[in-house]
Amino acid sequence: MVTAVTSFGRSGLSDWLVQRVSGVILLAYFLFMGYAVATGGDYASWKALFAQTWVKVFSLMALLSLAAHAWIGLWSVLTDYLTERLMGTTGNVLRITLQILIVLVLFVYVVWGVQILWGY
Amino acid sequence: MLKVSIYRYNPETDDKPYMQDFEFDTQGKDLMVLDVLEQLKGQDTTIAFRRSCREGVCGSDGLNMNGKNGLACITPLSETVKNNQLVIRPLPGLPVIRDLVVDMGMFYAQYEKVEPYLQNDNPPPAIERLQSPEDRAKLDGLYECILCACCSTSCPSFWWNPDRFIGPAGLLQSYRFLADSRDTATEARLAKLDDPFSVFRCHGIQNCVNVCPKGLNPTRAIGHIRNMLLTHAT
Amino acid sequence: MRTISFDGVIVGGGGAGMRAALQLAQSGYKTAVISKVFPTRSHTVSAQGGITCAIASSDPNDDWRWHMYDTVKGSDYIGDQDAIEYMCSVGPEAVFELEHMGLPFSRTEEGRIYQRPFGGQSKNFGEGGQAARTCAAADRTGHALLHTLYQGNMKNNTVFFNEWYATDIVKNQDGAVVGVIAISMETGETVYVKSKATVFATGGAGRIYASTTNAHINTGDGVGMALRAGFPVQDIEMWQFHPTGIHGAGVLVTEGCRGEGGYLINKDGERFMERYAPNAKDLASRDVVARSMVLEILEGRGCGPDGDHVYLKLDHLGEEVLHSRLPGICELSETFAHANPVKEPVPVVPTCHYMMGGIPTNVHGQALTVDANGNDAIIPGLYACGEVACVSVHGANRLGGNSLLDLVVFGRASGLHIEKALREGIELRDASETDIDEAMSRLNKLNNSTGGERVADLRKELQGVMQNHFGVFRNEKFMQEGIQKLSDLRGRIENAALEDKSQAFNTARIEALELHNLFEVAEATAITAEERKESRGAHARDDYQERDDENWLCHSMYFPGEKRVGKRGVNFTPKTVDTFQPKARTY
Repeated sequence: MVTAVTSFGRSGLSDWLVQRVSGVILLAYFLFMGYAVATGGDYASWKALFAQTWVKVFSLMALLSLAAHAWIGLWSVLTDYLTERLMGTTGNVLRITLQILIVLVLFVYVVWGVQILWGY
Repeated sequence: MLKVSIYRYNPETDDKPYMQDFEFDTQGKDLMVLDVLEQLKGQDTTIAFRRSCREGVCGSDGLNMNGKNGLACITPLSETVKNNQLVIRPLPGLPVIRDLVVDMGMFYAQYEKVEPYLQNDNPPPAIERLQSPEDRAKLDGLYECILCACCSTSCPSFWWNPDRFIGPAGLLQSYRFLADSRDTATEARLAKLDDPFSVFRCHGIQNCVNVCPKGLNPTRAIGHIRNMLLTHAT
Repeated sequence: MRTISFDGVIVGGGGAGMRAALQLAQSGYKTAVISKVFPTRSHTVSAQGGITCAIASSDPNDDWRWHMYDTVKGSDYIGDQDAIEYMCSVGPEAVFELEHMGLPFSRTEEGRIYQRPFGGQSKNFGEGGQAARTCAAADRTGHALLHTLYQGNMKNNTVFFNEWYATDIVKNQDGAVVGVIAISMETGETVYVKSKATVFATGGAGRIYASTTNAHINTGDGVGMALRAGFPVQDIEMWQFHPTGIHGAGVLVTEGCRGEGGYLINKDGERFMERYAPNAKDLASRDVVARSMVLEILEGRGCGPDGDHVYLKLDHLGEEVLHSRLPGICELSETFAHANPVKEPVPVVPTCHYMMGGIPTNVHGQALTVDANGNDAIIPGLYACGEVACVSVHGANRLGGNSLLDLVVFGRASGLHIEKALREGIELRDASETDIDEAMSRLNKLNNSTGGERVADLRKELQGVMQNHFGVFRNEKFMQEGIQKLSDLRGRIENAALEDKSQAFNTARIEALELHNLFEVAEATAITAEERKESRGAHARDDYQERDDENWLCHSMYFPGEKRVGKRGVNFTPKTVDTFQPKARTY
């Protein structure tokens, strides 16, 4: 058993599951968006669409999925390439710095997204 | 004449590895790569490589031949040589001790980590433990592993995390015991696998399946482990 | 030079060595295995067909005494009956232990271990027809067994010196064995491994022949070390030629193929074994089948453009049986003979396979010599088990499936005896500087050598001599020529070149040391074969075609000092059954 406190769910299985479920949600959301863009027309209809609660909830779900999905994926990439084994201490410093940066960015996106969805 | 290019490195005399070229006369025969190595060693005794059974069951001579991992003793030239050239390198991703000999320590350590031995605390009967042919059939495709490391050393996840990702060979053996109807340590075994590295660094790219000289399928075994974890944890 | 000390040191990481190590490690003694390859690469891994043992699965009425009868008869009556009795009676327990350890045996519908027929097996002391007594894990029994034993040792924390090579025995002033000199192949470091009990489980030496089913590593290291230490070897002229080595490659095709119903045909498509062994046919004993094949070839009925092999026909068994029971054979045949057994026969030829002789031991694995009065004398500190040992359960010819049984039963027996001896306390005098220097002398000489001939060339020449002069059929004139050639080779091999003196993974050094061992085995084989003036089991002579029970119903003992061949009595006194008296051996 390898311990890793920075992974999304502290468990390989949970990360794996979240990655799959969030992937499905994102796929569904982007299909939905694609359809909306293709068939929808003007600003008014777009605004009407987003006025509905279920679209807001669906969008929020997709946003959270995106954040989780990105975190799990990028965390894997960072722990593959930026490691002490490959780069010495530099690996650790780089990895942790980037991890913090990614968390911050994702957090900002989520808050900003909520603000957009319910703020107008 | 076949052009054979061999990775050479002797830590006592060489600052860094280099490729040495040999001209080799196959006399029109479709030799195995190991035969070529043996004959070259007859001329240049300094070439170091491992070999034992020469029939593909001991797993000693896993090498990288023209870019693909395999066993030298059961890889005929006709299968690997392209443009009359054969490039032989050690298995990728593990430290080189000398020439084609790699340090397999990390590979074996991952194998040991899965506790690859039957665990059953019930006192055994006076005869064998019974097992139905159907239950026994579940071990086919698993127990045949020869620990040659062709799979794990072709796996990028193992290259990056050989100390944390068990790798296809170890996981195949892990599942061999999870699947054995005689083993009673299933829960404890699964509990040790549920971290983000041991199993879940497998991204299913199937390099392992592509190179396994015994035709085994570690990716499928890893999928089974994941399903067992899933059914036990949800 | 460092000294490392253990209670028990096992040289050789194959089936016998790991079974012995397991026994010791389980009881908590400080145990080390020195193996020149990672243990699962040992030659046990190549064993295919199975492990013969009366576990009464295929036939609920099976009896270990029937197995004993077959083995005594198979040995052509120079197998020791007390040892065979021990092996056959203890066998089931040893096999069940392996199963409990996890060995993935094939199964019957009842869930028991699957057993298949093998050559030389009978029910009811030869009266009840063919038996099926060989316990199998498909056709990968050796692989399954070896991996299971390695796993068992891992569980019990045995210390492994993997890729370490033992060069010579260290004897103290009393002539007792107190350890070995070993080299780490990775670093080149040489150490004295000191031990209260040293177990040789170094396997066979099939590489003395040009054509062999044996792995490259089967270089007779244990026999070589024992002979150099002045200890005798027994029945070393007895070499088994396996009927079915793949023509050209030498790779083994299991007897299980014939057990499952395959048979041999000559160029006319005739099932010729019906002529040579009307009852057992293709499942006659290996020596009988191998000789019949050679006769077919010599009489012009061989197959192929050069008429130099015969065919093993399997296609009539059907794809399903072949793929479920003999999957490994299908692979090997396609790879090395370019023949798919489902569709076409496999070209096969008798190929050197097994060394029946070796270091003489008692049933506890204790190595023996013969004292001045001709009595057995135990060599203190030295044990041997597996192919390197000659207990002797195989006598002049081993039955298929008995080698795996031999190695687990006597590996285990050695471990048990050492456990007991350690509990009672073993006191051996420490080796002196001189003793250690003596053990180091060969290695030192090689490391300081200049010039000499190439190891690969000398090895090839040696293998050629053995192949041509000491093969399936032997005769005086040819053997004497062979002995002459060997005596010419001795000096050249002792002075073989070692140009590369580097330390890190120097396989050239190991191969030079192995060549010395090969030579010791070859010479002992040659001299003893010439001396045994009869035909018995695997030792078949054109000039003495009959078995000579009056003069040769005995073990041969080769003493390396004076290169003398002596005789040692065969044990005819089993403890719980009546003696099996020698009779004509027909199948």
